[in-house]
Amino acid sequence: MSTRTVMHDADIARALTRISHEILESNKGPEGLVLLGIPTRGVTLADRIALLLAEFGGAPVPVGALDVTMYRDDLHRNPTRAPRRTEIPAGGIDGKVVVLVDDVLFSGRSIRAALDALQDIGRPAAVRLATLIDRGHRELPIRPDFVGKNLPSARDERVNVRLAEVDGAESVTIEG
Amino acid sequence: MTVMRHLLDTQHLSRAAALEILDVAEDMADTQRREVKKLPTLRGRTVVNLFFEDSTRTRISFEAAAKRLSADVINFSAKGSSVSKGESLQDTAQTLQAMGADAVVIRHGASGAPRTLATSGWITAGVVNAGDGTHEHPTQALLDAFTIRKRTYGDDSRGRDLDGIRVTIVGDVLHSRVARSNVWLLHTLGAQVTLVAPPTLVPQDVSGWPVEIDYDLDHAIAAGPDALMMLRIQLERMSAAYFPTEREYSRRYGLDARRLDALADGSIVLHPGPMNRGLEISAEAADSPRSTVLEQVANGVSVRMAVLYLLLAGERPETEREDAR
Repeated sequence: MSTRTVMHDADIARALTRISHEILESNKGPEGLVLLGIPTRGVTLADRIALLLAEFGGAPVPVGALDVTMYRDDLHRNPTRAPRRTEIPAGGIDGKVVVLVDDVLFSGRSIRAALDALQDIGRPAAVRLATLIDRGHRELPIRPDFVGKNLPSARDERVNVRLAEVDGAESVTIEG
Repeated sequence: MTVMRHLLDTQHLSRAAALEILDVAEDMADTQRREVKKLPTLRGRTVVNLFFEDSTRTRISFEAAAKRLSADVINFSAKGSSVSKGESLQDTAQTLQAMGADAVVIRHGASGAPRTLATSGWITAGVVNAGDGTHEHPTQALLDAFTIRKRTYGDDSRGRDLDGIRVTIVGDVLHSRVARSNVWLLHTLGAQVTLVAPPTLVPQDVSGWPVEIDYDLDHAIAAGPDALMMLRIQLERMSAAYFPTEREYSRRYGLDARRLDALADGSIVLHPGPMNRGLEISAEAADSPRSTVLEQVANGVSVRMAVLYLLLAGERPETEREDAR
């Protein structure tokens, strides 16, 4: 078993900066954007991207958290998971462009669950997906709009994202 | 996460397990403010409400909780069966097992029936005690604790216990499973509990209970409790003369307008319902802003959703465990 570091703190910062610019470019500005992070690390990333969007776009962007636990299709196959908090910004998501933010995109099943959860909360004008790492191996027809890094991986390898706010360290490693 | 296989009582519920239920209930309450209140979480799971005693409120609360999580609900009213209790429970349990029940919510007149069901080996389903005899009614205590916590800490409730909060439980403690479940749970969560009742309605031996006893309601109110829980006088369980008349009881132990005014600022009034207005609680108290009666009903659905979620959402643990310890 070996562990390899594929992103350091500066790489992560650069990737988030680029994602933020791409979001503003595709949306033609910050108007109507709502960022929703998927717990745990997706929320941290969403908070960081929101700060960058405010800096580059000149206007604050609402940011929240979307827990998908109760919409997962693998609940019965695993020990009970504690749901995490969902926080929808005050303006809601109706008619907004929602950008889902996650740390690692793998099978796509979390995002499928997130789309179901969104449907119960409101009706966005559009839903986009930003992810720090896309490691492939999709099991559903889901693709990201904004990617920090494409990371080819074997299915049985582990990709670990560590963020300072959550883990006290900042890195992306792959173990296999 | 603690692994919860059954919810049989609060006496053996750990602080961590209790907080977990209350915190998940917060998440469930949040989902109940959404445009679509139904979650797909327990799709394909079957919850049986097995009620050997009438209780419309508790049953519909469990039914609403299960349906909001997309479980299928079967209501089994087993009242009036002439078979002796042990046999009847076994037969019924095996029928439910054959139907593929994943959880059984049981209310039974005999204390301990839920534990018998859970430990008998008749069924593999998770068992939730919805009130057994004069023993326990754990989900009621959990929703009461949830309500007290919510009124005290508001949106900042998650993860907090009830340390230092003083709760006074008033009325027919002797016959009340609600009181028993609350005593254990509130104690586990750090609250200080005082029981107020006529001497005839205090159980024979409460030396092992973590409570103080007071026989005078005015005295107990003067002590300034944070929450006052009025128990229902259960006339249907009164087989002997525990107090001279209803008027006498109401005069000494009822929450009338005068006693309501004497409560400290910010203290709340709970009642598990259904209320006997004019007996243990006056209309003024029941309808005052201090009253949490309707919040308790709403919170009951959230708490029961949390219990069903924790019992049913994950894979059922292979190892037999009696309780969430």
